[in-house]
Amino acid sequence: MNKALMGAVAAAALLGAVGAAEAKTMVYCSEGSPEGFNPQLFTTGTTFDASSRNVYNRLVEFERGTTTVQPGLAERYEVSDDGLTYTFHLRKGVKFQTTKGFTPSRDFNADDVVFSFMRQLDPNHPYNKVSGGTYEYFQGMSMPSLLKTVEKVDDHTVRFVLNRPEAPFIANIAMDFASILSAEYADQMMKAGTPEKVDLEPVGTGPYQLVNYQKDAVIRYKAHPDYWRGKSSLDTLVFSITPDASVRYAKIQAGECHVMPYPNPADLAKMKEDPKVNLMSQEGLNIGYLAFNVRKKPFDDVKVRQALNLAVNKAAIIDAIYQGAGKAAKNPIPPTIWSYNDKVEDYAYDPEKAKALLKEAGFENGFETDIWAMPVQRPYNPNARRMAEMIQADWAAVGVKAQIVSYEWGEYLKRAQAGEHQTLLLGWTGDNGDPDNFLAVLLGCDAANGGSNYAGWCYKPFDDLVMKAKTVSGQAERTKLYEEAQVIFKEQAPWVTIAHSVVYQPIRPEVTDWKIDPLGGHYFYGPGLKD
Amino acid sequence: MFAFVFRRLGLVVPTFLGVTLFAFVLIRLIPGDPVALMAGERGLTPERHAQMLAQLGLDRPMVEQYFSYLAALAQGDFGRSLVTRSPVLNDFLTLFPATLELSFAAMLFAVVIGLPAGILAAVRRGSTLDHTVMAGALTGYSMPIFWWGLLLIMLFSVTLGWTPVSGRISVMYYVEPVTGFMLIDTLLSDEPEAFWSALHHLVLPAIVLGTIPLAVIARMTRSSMLEVLGEDYVRTARAKGLNPTRVVLVHALRNALIPVITVIGLQVGLLLAGAILTETIFAWPGIGKWLIESIGRRDYPSVQGGILLVSCVVIAVNLIVDLLYGIINPRIRHAR
Repeated sequence: MNKALMGAVAAAALLGAVGAAEAKTMVYCSEGSPEGFNPQLFTTGTTFDASSRNVYNRLVEFERGTTTVQPGLAERYEVSDDGLTYTFHLRKGVKFQTTKGFTPSRDFNADDVVFSFMRQLDPNHPYNKVSGGTYEYFQGMSMPSLLKTVEKVDDHTVRFVLNRPEAPFIANIAMDFASILSAEYADQMMKAGTPEKVDLEPVGTGPYQLVNYQKDAVIRYKAHPDYWRGKSSLDTLVFSITPDASVRYAKIQAGECHVMPYPNPADLAKMKEDPKVNLMSQEGLNIGYLAFNVRKKPFDDVKVRQALNLAVNKAAIIDAIYQGAGKAAKNPIPPTIWSYNDKVEDYAYDPEKAKALLKEAGFENGFETDIWAMPVQRPYNPNARRMAEMIQADWAAVGVKAQIVSYEWGEYLKRAQAGEHQTLLLGWTGDNGDPDNFLAVLLGCDAANGGSNYAGWCYKPFDDLVMKAKTVSGQAERTKLYEEAQVIFKEQAPWVTIAHSVVYQPIRPEVTDWKIDPLGGHYFYGPGLKD
Repeated sequence: MFAFVFRRLGLVVPTFLGVTLFAFVLIRLIPGDPVALMAGERGLTPERHAQMLAQLGLDRPMVEQYFSYLAALAQGDFGRSLVTRSPVLNDFLTLFPATLELSFAAMLFAVVIGLPAGILAAVRRGSTLDHTVMAGALTGYSMPIFWWGLLLIMLFSVTLGWTPVSGRISVMYYVEPVTGFMLIDTLLSDEPEAFWSALHHLVLPAIVLGTIPLAVIARMTRSSMLEVLGEDYVRTARAKGLNPTRVVLVHALRNALIPVITVIGLQVGLLLAGAILTETIFAWPGIGKWLIESIGRRDYPSVQGGILLVSCVVIAVNLIVDLLYGIINPRIRHAR
């Protein structure tokens, strides 16, 4: 620990500001200000880190460092034979946090679960319109059409009735938007005429409670003394908001923070050598791809898509763009997800064969097209512009002249959604580790109309398999269906699958037991600090 | 005098209106749709997209949006952020003192170093010292703020460990905002030693932000001083055998300062512009960082409100400078 931090800790301890003399504080240099403190209302990881991941719990949760779903506020659940009714048995004796504005009079119970879901589901719920009332993730996961009712059976039992069987349902409700808020707190705030407080001064059952937030500067938390999994070994958690990646690195070096997210790729080489930094890495749960717009000619022709797959020198791209921090992708899901079909064979780099296929498709002299490249760095693609240039050169070699197109990020997404592109670079980071979250969300027929299926690819044999996999509940059976779907995907080639990238996480050497979250979150219950 | 003040104030209203229109149109000219940005790669169905635009009131014709914005402004309502839903005016009022504090410290630094450097350079015209000051001023003036900031952080914070890397105060202290000025609030708090931490955090950003004004002030002081030193009354004073230091500091400086003060007034606008970059590097929780983040999210009301309020400050400062000028120099009042 550096002198400044040590001095400050000592001073704070002497004054009793932190409490015991041994008080432990972890400082996390976060990348931006949260949009708010209610994970139901927002979609960014920055907000989830500041709220759901440390302040709240969910009925079921991801085991730290994995995508395995484990019991959370529900000790166990049962599914009816038709797959439509889920009965959750809730944990007893779970305490809500006590904050400046709220002292709970009771333990967590079924009312809290019903409140948290009905607020998002029912447009007539008194809280539905509070704080803007846009529940993007809830909508995005099709919850409004999926959930029929959420009802209390008794104080410790809740029943969810679905409109159709949905195998990924349990993984979906382990996501941040399904965090459980306090119904008692909400009632009190509604009576007091200040319902927005629920979203600004969060009260949850999680390991940390919010102490205060100074906009754009600092978020301060203290350990929840009655946390049901046991009080955290860290007494205080501080988010020091630092938007510039180079400055975050400087703060780690100077000992002003213990953990930082999203290092600058240019700094990685230096971090690896740096004794003040422990650079952790893990294969990301993501995919970077190039999608063909199959609604446009000539990409409606599978031969053209296959030919352009064959024409891309993927190995060269991985070397030049990811510089060792990425692995060539052959399937639309990363190898870290169950049901990954390793038997699928990728298109080898073969320009001659590509030319032959193009000739067969009637494009002996090639054609002109475009490649859209994102203007921003994303976890799955550190440099889309450069990648587009390399693909452009590869395609030129088989006679296809491509023009590179780029727009400002919001504009890019909007136009891509409208299907203005012919081919585009994009990618995806998984939400919950379920194959459905890639295969149906990115390639299913439902998503082809203004969802996230940017290829606009709706292919019945594939879609049938993926939809069927949603309705059967055994993982072995689902695996089989997904494996088959991946074979069809490769053959039909709506994308050039490019890479799964590696995610880096710099931490100070004194941080113990840090685990990289494959879903991209930052959790502070578990890690500790060496004395 | 009354007519003069009236004329000056009369200009404020059209300027204000101009700024509202400018800010309103400008942020909408930058392509990018706030709703598409909120959804990210996830995408939205066209119906959902339209529904959200309607919810945010962005589906109405631009002209209509502009007039309802003006109507709300007339009642002192700056709107709410599209992203966080918090009132724009509140955000501005929480963050502006931090920017003001930083700008004030930067100006203090620029004046305290820039004035003497300019005077010395003028007095020792042609000497090595003069050349050094002039070269330094030129370098400082052309220094890219982002690079300069990172360079100083690397040197003073990481390598030497003398200053903190970023932020406004050590994260170990929690100081209840009273005035919003950290240096004052720490003294009012029950942990007055936090003052030193706040001061410590202020040094580097103030130097970075103050560098360009410092260069401008040094150059202005030098040239203005040279001009005055060549005037008859200074030569007379010297010929009379008065103490040379006294001649420079009392006789010459007083007159040389007039244009310098104008320049300092003009620097306010520039300083606020520089604050945007400086705040981003040093994670300084002021309006600069807020504006950058709001622009990135296409948070129209925040950007409009931010630009408008900052402009008000600049307009107000210019007005005050103008009025003061009119008082100091009555000839101005009758011109035009």
